[in-house]
Amino acid sequence: MANKNMAPKKVGMPEQDAKKRALNFYEVALGYTEEMAVEEATRCLDCKHKPCIAGCPVNVQIPEFIQLVADGKFIEGYKKIAETNALPAVCGRVCPQEEQCEELCVRGIKHEPVGIGRLERFVADYAIKHMEAEDIKIEKNGVKIAVIGSGPASLACAGDLAKLGYEVTIFEAFHTPGGVLQYGIPEFRLPKKLVATEIDGLKKLGVEIMTNMVIGKVLTLDELKEMGFQAIFIGTGAGLPKFMNIDGENLNGVYSANEFLTRINLMKAYEFPKYDTPLGQYKRVAVIGGGNVAMDAARSALRLGADHVYIVYRRSEVEMPARNEEIEHAKEEGVEMLLLNNPTKILGTEEGWVKGMEVIKMELGEPDDSGRRRPVEVKGSEFVLDVDAVVVAIGQSPNPLIRDTTKGLKTQSWGGIIVDEETGATNIEGVYAGGDAVTGAATVILAMGAGKVSAAAIDEYVKSKK
Amino acid sequence: MYKVLGKRELNDQVTLLKVEAPFVAKKAEPGQFIIFRIDEQGERVPLTIADFDREEGSVTIIFQKVGKSTVKLGELNIGDSLLDFVGPLGRPSHFGDDVKKAAVIGGGLGTAIAYPQAKKLHSLGVEVTAISGFRNKGLIILEDEVKAVSDKCIITTDDGSNGNKGFVTTALEAEIEAGEKFDLVIAIGPLIMMKFVAQLTKKYGIKTLVSMNPIMVDGTGMCGGCRVTVGGKTKFACVDGPDFDGHEIDFDEAMRRQNVYKKQEDKSLEDHNCKIGLDGGAK
Repeated sequence: MANKNMAPKKVGMPEQDAKKRALNFYEVALGYTEEMAVEEATRCLDCKHKPCIAGCPVNVQIPEFIQLVADGKFIEGYKKIAETNALPAVCGRVCPQEEQCEELCVRGIKHEPVGIGRLERFVADYAIKHMEAEDIKIEKNGVKIAVIGSGPASLACAGDLAKLGYEVTIFEAFHTPGGVLQYGIPEFRLPKKLVATEIDGLKKLGVEIMTNMVIGKVLTLDELKEMGFQAIFIGTGAGLPKFMNIDGENLNGVYSANEFLTRINLMKAYEFPKYDTPLGQYKRVAVIGGGNVAMDAARSALRLGADHVYIVYRRSEVEMPARNEEIEHAKEEGVEMLLLNNPTKILGTEEGWVKGMEVIKMELGEPDDSGRRRPVEVKGSEFVLDVDAVVVAIGQSPNPLIRDTTKGLKTQSWGGIIVDEETGATNIEGVYAGGDAVTGAATVILAMGAGKVSAAAIDEYVKSKK
Repeated sequence: MYKVLGKRELNDQVTLLKVEAPFVAKKAEPGQFIIFRIDEQGERVPLTIADFDREEGSVTIIFQKVGKSTVKLGELNIGDSLLDFVGPLGRPSHFGDDVKKAAVIGGGLGTAIAYPQAKKLHSLGVEVTAISGFRNKGLIILEDEVKAVSDKCIITTDDGSNGNKGFVTTALEAEIEAGEKFDLVIAIGPLIMMKFVAQLTKKYGIKTLVSMNPIMVDGTGMCGGCRVTVGGKTKFACVDGPDFDGHEIDFDEAMRRQNVYKKQEDKSLEDHNCKIGLDGGAK
């Protein structure tokens, strides 16, 4: 075992230069070298209580994998993670570690915590490059399980069930699996090749993926049961965009973040005309919202060639739900933050194109239900922001297709599927749900955690029926 | 992959393809649509289902070759395949239970989309007057098919080359004025045609359904690109439609939104046509 490294800060993450990267879609963070990984791994104290593990929704045995990295056993480190996490290369990139595992790290009390996410990413990338394909022998039990959607919740659920011997079929509505990892998170944060590699890993476990299958339309849950699927997991995500309901929202040049990002990420509009899907060439773009999706949209708009991109957010930076890292990256690249500003209407040309957005200034008042200080309008402070496109990134609700076509499935008034928290079981026997379809828009890793919970519950359910 | 089982050129611009898609065929209903993608670089394009055969497992689409994707689709032959073909999307048409007499109006290519509606109404015992309008005689499509599912079939041409000059609205108004009592009008075609039909039927107080076909990406309610204003409220054509009450639609907004990518679409088609030319006409 190497000596403990007591450096107060994490080993820095190499990144593409901000000015350069703001013009391309290549990945921003470049990843640790082997030396950097070992150096960072030796910052882990391997403490007795292992508080970090409790912060991980998929229960990665963090200190164990980090010790393996410290010893230069990178493949073994990867395998340790893969025992409980189906998507290490994804999680190492997009998990909000600062509020999960790293928040609980003992090193973080006085200084910076161990860079757990960076190490996870390192071993995952290392394994993709260097690990030889292994024959995976899983004894199939012949029980068919249907998984609806192929985002993080579904992939985690499918992976765990496949490892237990189930014959899992994933039904995906789009032409490419991955859900939000594919259509939502941009290439510069999560290369699509990696998503495909991780999904290939699931296929090797025997998971079947049927694309172009919109469940609810092409098949109902009852029909899936008739086809012999003994249990069903619904992981259909939060695919219904919210709009502001202000004047001018249907003008040409106004997008939901979902549409804007899907055109770019899934359809590769940034490679138009090589790819057929277009996106307008906008020069001044306002993105409404303060979450990770808003940052993704703003940074994508810059990369598509906009001269000015504004984040318009009604609270202050402290209240922004986006990860600090994303906010910092956006600022470095030149995204302009219009904080404490709220759009009141979108203005159009006679031909119906966006020509500006009226915005009112806000100030923070008393805390609201969310505990954040409530933004209050400053009377008479309206001004017009000169923009030619607006992207609305104020959140998504669960997609209604399954709910609307499944008789008796209990849902919240806002659309989320109601489940038993311990198991993910819905009110219909044999039907489970998890991820954003249940919680509304949240994180990749929480969805994966929910997928795993349901996988275990489905296993128990199937066994109890025998 | 989704194999092309049949192909028919209906006129110079309009092609019919029968595509092998058993899951879609099993569930398809009139009024619903599919989204296709030709190849890896292709965009997702919605097309209304023109017909389906549950036993054969096939879905028929009829399209006008107006952009790169539809031109490429038209280049496919029997035995070729589309990369993606997803559906059935949208809500099936709901005509109401007490319809006795309906006018089903198709404008140009819209005739192909109106055809399954006429067929369905006809099979339900509704008296169907089909009115189809085309720019000229050479563009008339599906004449025999429409006749077979209607009690009366009127075909108009803008230039009068088929001997019946006029627009679908002229023909519809003449029918109404002659005392025909329609309790439902279905109008499918260019937005401008649907707008004028809806204006006319509003005057007579006849319930009117129109089928919207706006720009879409996913077709499952996820992107909101297909928003239309119906009765002052924003609706998503993909999940709330594509059929809507024609008297409630903001057609002017819909026409504007249809042209968001006009510049890029023209460029794409031009590039594609150039490439075909350079390749000596090869696909």
